[in-house]
Amino acid sequence: MTDSQKKAAYWQANLRLVLICLIIWFVVSFGFGILLVDPLNNIAIGGYKLGFWFAQQGSIYVFLGLIFFYASQMNKLDRKFDVHED
Amino acid sequence: MDLKTMTYLVVGSTFLLYIYIAIKARAASTAEFYVAGKGVHPVLNGMATGADWMSAASFISMAGIIAFAGYDASAYLMGWTGGYVLLAMLLAPYLRKYGKFTVPEFIGDRFYSKAARITAVVCLIVASLTYVIGQMKGIGVAFSRFLEVDFSVGLVAGMVIVFIYAVLGGMKGVTYTQIAQYCVLIFAYTVPAVFISLQLTGNPFPQLGLGSTLAGDNTYLLQKLDTVLMDLGFGAYTAQKGSTIDIFLLTMSLMIGTAGLPHVITRFFTVPKVKDARSSAGWALVFIAILYTTAPSVGAMARFNLIDTLQIGKIGSAEGNLKYEDRPQWFKNWETTGLLQFEDKNGDGRIQYYGPGLEEKAAGFGWKGNEMVKVDRDIMVLANPEIANLPNWVIALVAAGGIAAALSTAAGLLLAIASSISHDLMKGVFTPNISDKTELLASRIAMAGSILVAGYLGLNPPGFAAQVVALAFGLAASSIFPALMLGIFDKRCNRVGAIAGMLTGLTTTLLYIFAYKGFFFIPGTAIMPDTAQGWIFGISPGSFGAIGAVLNFAVALVVSRMGDEPPEHIQHLVEDIRVPGGAGAAIDH
Repeated sequence: MTDSQKKAAYWQANLRLVLICLIIWFVVSFGFGILLVDPLNNIAIGGYKLGFWFAQQGSIYVFLGLIFFYASQMNKLDRKFDVHED
Repeated sequence: MDLKTMTYLVVGSTFLLYIYIAIKARAASTAEFYVAGKGVHPVLNGMATGADWMSAASFISMAGIIAFAGYDASAYLMGWTGGYVLLAMLLAPYLRKYGKFTVPEFIGDRFYSKAARITAVVCLIVASLTYVIGQMKGIGVAFSRFLEVDFSVGLVAGMVIVFIYAVLGGMKGVTYTQIAQYCVLIFAYTVPAVFISLQLTGNPFPQLGLGSTLAGDNTYLLQKLDTVLMDLGFGAYTAQKGSTIDIFLLTMSLMIGTAGLPHVITRFFTVPKVKDARSSAGWALVFIAILYTTAPSVGAMARFNLIDTLQIGKIGSAEGNLKYEDRPQWFKNWETTGLLQFEDKNGDGRIQYYGPGLEEKAAGFGWKGNEMVKVDRDIMVLANPEIANLPNWVIALVAAGGIAAALSTAAGLLLAIASSISHDLMKGVFTPNISDKTELLASRIAMAGSILVAGYLGLNPPGFAAQVVALAFGLAASSIFPALMLGIFDKRCNRVGAIAGMLTGLTTTLLYIFAYKGFFFIPGTAIMPDTAQGWIFGISPGSFGAIGAVLNFAVALVVSRMGDEPPEHIQHLVEDIRVPGGAGAAIDH
């Protein structure tokens, strides 16, 4: 693989990963927290209605997980495609 | 020790701490003044970003808005955290790789045009200045309570402090001070929340307390709150009251605005490596999430306690409402600031506080309307520990935390405004030959000017602090975010496209906001009624940023396709910022 092919493949892998992460990002916040809030509110966890919980708590925890997942996967990609720093 | 002495002592000692750190780490060179020498560890940088990010809007205002809007305020919670996902994946690592001081500098280089750079400066100033107005409102509230004076006097006192504080140090001073400020503000926010959660539910974790049953009762807190609020005619706390489209767009607008705000993006220029930029966004969100997952509990519990204080018996019974002369001390203190107002409409000497759903029944009780004629949302967090009868040191701590939050963000924003004027406009475009010294002087003058304008507009703010800040996010979302994203992800995007896009996004959003909030936020100049019925398709001015961003993207994409491709060296530049390592590039040539 030439250097520019390698860079292109790295970029494609990155875009795929970003897309997966952003789908999850959208589903937990806009999906569970806003569009599907009413049906989810029929389910209760403790005193929280589930839709309300996603809107005010759950989505934030998922966002956190997503960023660290992305960062660690990208570190692997950086090495795999040999584009890492130092 | 009485509350006033205690507050002076706590606020004063935190100030001494910040000033000590600022002097220790005084900016030596122009580079350090702007970005702290690119050597800040990702975790520490995350903490400083947290302080930079969590302003008066997050600390003072947001839980108050949640307290009164319930579920509908979720847009603020998701919007102001979800943006970090976009930042970590779409912008931060690439902008760090590019490695310049300011956002307009990147836009100017990527779109090979001074006009693009100037356009970006205009967008940045409009968004940041609006943001500072929101901070000024928050600072005014904090200082008016703390000095026990009228809101406008408190605001002027706050302006003086911000001026001394922001003009003194640069970014390096600010970075280390902000780490200290983060510690103060998060401690100040969580301590009362833990106390109140323990009081009400017996659970020390506010995040869990909100989902627990009330102490000594089998009812869930949220369930009880829903019932009480409905009985008083306010509408259930956990139910949706606004339109879905508006909540959706507001959330989107706040998210992309987060990723487009220059003072946050600049933070990611300060980490040592590209991979640190990614994880630093995560660390920033960790520190932010501690406050953001606590805020819903603070809001709900504050509302619960407020009603519990005023409605002491059965609704409609003779002894059901608190006598005005028996009102607690916090009530009197906030009356002094003019942010809490009571009017005895039916002359019975008791406080009737209820919502529109109870009007009919209330008339039967001999009530003549809601007597709490003004409850400024922005006082709730500061009043919360007093309402819950917490010890004086906790109340003093909250005052110090609120001031820390407002100061740290105001300083970061003023620095972004100052650097865009002195570095981008003067040094970059109009007067390239000025010395470093003149550049620093110009940036300090720019800061002072911004404080005056923002303070003046903060006297009659176009909304509660968090709502004003939401407008600023809409402006950043519609102008800066699309230009940055296209600059990285669309190699074909050329300078005409980018400039046309930014101008479209900024002007449409600005006009929509001005139409409802008044031109340049001057009271009385609005041309449309700022109510849910008056909004086009039910889209509030704060939510329009998402639409502005879509317009920006569309115009930039179409116009770019009609014109020439960007020059070859620009296309190489884009390829280069997409990969972290610099070494690999040389091998194949």
